[in-house]
Amino acid sequence: MEGFFMAFYRMGWHRTAANYVRFIANLRSFLSLLSMNTASYLPSDYIPIFIQLSLALGFIVVTMLVTHNIGPKRHSVKKDDPFECGIPTQGDARAPISIKYFLVAILFVLFDVEVIFMYPWAVNFMQLGQEGFIQMVLFMGLLLAGFYYVIRKGVLKWE
Amino acid sequence: MLQIAFFAFIALTLIGALTVLLTRNVLYSAYALLLTLLGVAALFVFAGADFLAVSQIIIYVGGVLVLVLFGVMLTSKPTTISTSTVVASERSNAILAGSRGVWLGVLLAAGLFFGLSRLLMNAHFALFDQPISKAPTTIDTIGKQLMTEYIVPFEVISILLLVALVGAGYLAKKSIKP
Amino acid sequence: MELTVLVIKSLVILAVFGITLLIATYSTYAERKVAAFLQDRIGPNRAGPFGLLQPIADAGKMFFKEDFIPAQANKWLFILGPCLAMLTALMSSAVIPFGDSIRYGSFEVPVQGIDVNVGVLYVFGVVSLGVYGVMIGGWASNNKFSLLGAIRAASQNISYEVALGLSIIAILMMTGSLSLRHIVNEQNGFFQWNVFTQPLGFVIFLTCAFAECNRTPFDLPECETELVGGYHTEYSSMKLGFYLFAEYINMFTSSAIISTLYFGGFQYPFMHQVHDALVDSLGSTVGHNIATGIGTAVLFGKIFFFIFFFMWVRWTIPRFRFDQLMNLGWKTLIPLSILNVVLTGAGLLFDKFKYATWLIVIVMIIMAATNAIKAPRRKPVTVPQL
Repeated sequence: MEGFFMAFYRMGWHRTAANYVRFIANLRSFLSLLSMNTASYLPSDYIPIFIQLSLALGFIVVTMLVTHNIGPKRHSVKKDDPFECGIPTQGDARAPISIKYFLVAILFVLFDVEVIFMYPWAVNFMQLGQEGFIQMVLFMGLLLAGFYYVIRKGVLKWE
Repeated sequence: MLQIAFFAFIALTLIGALTVLLTRNVLYSAYALLLTLLGVAALFVFAGADFLAVSQIIIYVGGVLVLVLFGVMLTSKPTTISTSTVVASERSNAILAGSRGVWLGVLLAAGLFFGLSRLLMNAHFALFDQPISKAPTTIDTIGKQLMTEYIVPFEVISILLLVALVGAGYLAKKSIKP
Repeated sequence: MELTVLVIKSLVILAVFGITLLIATYSTYAERKVAAFLQDRIGPNRAGPFGLLQPIADAGKMFFKEDFIPAQANKWLFILGPCLAMLTALMSSAVIPFGDSIRYGSFEVPVQGIDVNVGVLYVFGVVSLGVYGVMIGGWASNNKFSLLGAIRAASQNISYEVALGLSIIAILMMTGSLSLRHIVNEQNGFFQWNVFTQPLGFVIFLTCAFAECNRTPFDLPECETELVGGYHTEYSSMKLGFYLFAEYINMFTSSAIISTLYFGGFQYPFMHQVHDALVDSLGSTVGHNIATGIGTAVLFGKIFFFIFFFMWVRWTIPRFRFDQLMNLGWKTLIPLSILNVVLTGAGLLFDKFKYATWLIVIVMIIMAATNAIKAPRRKPVTVPQL
């Protein structure tokens, strides 16, 4: 038992635990510190977005309520079926679909991450100069090599 | 005003996370995850990390979650639903999660939470102690740090992305018959 | 933030919101008139003078139609779909600078909802949320055509988002800021407009904007010949209206962003001279405000031109096939935009030369010309005389 505690102690987890308690106790001041310290803007700068959001939400909710209430409502078995060019519906619509779409989504995520990494570089392009340029070309080159491989494998071949 | 908004976003995040946990329809939990991710992005704004917030929205909400939804929508077989547990009108709209390995999940989550919180507690934030960063925006700081001090991790990331691309190509080779 | 500034900002947002809705409404009218002109017809001319009340009549009709929800659809997601499409369409106009600034007493308020450091990325974030409206609606309908349309729409949107993001990196390299206002201010002087420094980036951005708005030639998600109505096959009443309306709002927003990024926003030649003359003759408050008004009017002129351009293309160019669409996005636009970034970077490092990408344009034109010359002549089709 003592050995267990010694191991616990040696790995420094008691400090983690103590820090954790302190973190919970100081959560609010911690967060306010975060919001004041490193930022080059204030969170209140973003208030107009919330104004626009509430305006848009209000418009949508009111329109939806109105249109739901003033139109006629007539139901029948045939009418409530999903449209299938006039013939009786066959099975369920949620059938599995080609994996190509899934692969496109995977490729998109990877390229999205690449593009996100390029923004901070592009904004600082003039300060970083030649060195940064070479590093980014290396970064893009590695990714483009993978992209070439994927194209050669026929991932993006649609028939 | 800001306090109210702050706690509202915390509530949004938590409600989303709880819905992810408690609903059995995988599709609903994916949409609840959308709420959580948006809430976390808003909290990033409060924490002074606007670039991080936008990256969160573009990558996680716009990319990863779309991938998850594609996976759920395209591979599901609605025939596996046990008809007794679902309301009749909802039958074809539900994709239920198999609840195997609950304890494994709990263990994994606890381990991840412990590891991450330990990392956060023991991390040394170099910029945290400085009064106000001289760079005009957070994105300037990130760009400069990324291309100078953290250049090795940056290039390693590109290798990681390369590996993922090769993996995608391999998946395609298995599934697409020439 | 002071309360007065906040009130003025709210008024600006309200005005932008109203103008967005108004322009989107009248875009439907303009589209029908443009289509009529291009097809040698008259177009709407019954409701009001020149048919000007037609959009209002259409909206009224939409409201009074039956709001139909299919029995097998997932009801709440079915309602959520068009709402989300509309919400994302309405949110993206927040960061666009519509004018210089308004002076009011001691305040100077920019004509812009919000000027954030990450302006361009905010737009991209909202655009990337736009996928959900279509995907939720298409899946919830429980209709095969809707589902296929929704998946096509989603994969088309995400494919072109990459090229969209890559094409503006060259601009960011030149300006060194993500703020849209900063990008506009950087383009003072006619030949400083980014369309002259970044011709290739402009073409890529324009193409991707068409694809993101699901406009012809990229309107495969609602391709009638294959998919009936695409993702909105099952929709009726104002829910259908929301989907169609969101498309027009997106068209307006993307026109505004194209004008801002590539055509100098509210800048016009001899702007500073006009501003100084107005301030000299009318005083620093009134003169400045009138100069701002002229800038805003110029910006709206540019926006209207691009809306017209969207319609012009729609009634001129036929639709792509899906494999052509994907090949264009992945195998042409993405490599080209990366080449654009590299060449711009090389030009900037070599003596801050901004016009390096004209090289790609010249090479492409030469290649197209040689292709056209080498291609076998097609015999003129002779129409048999009856």
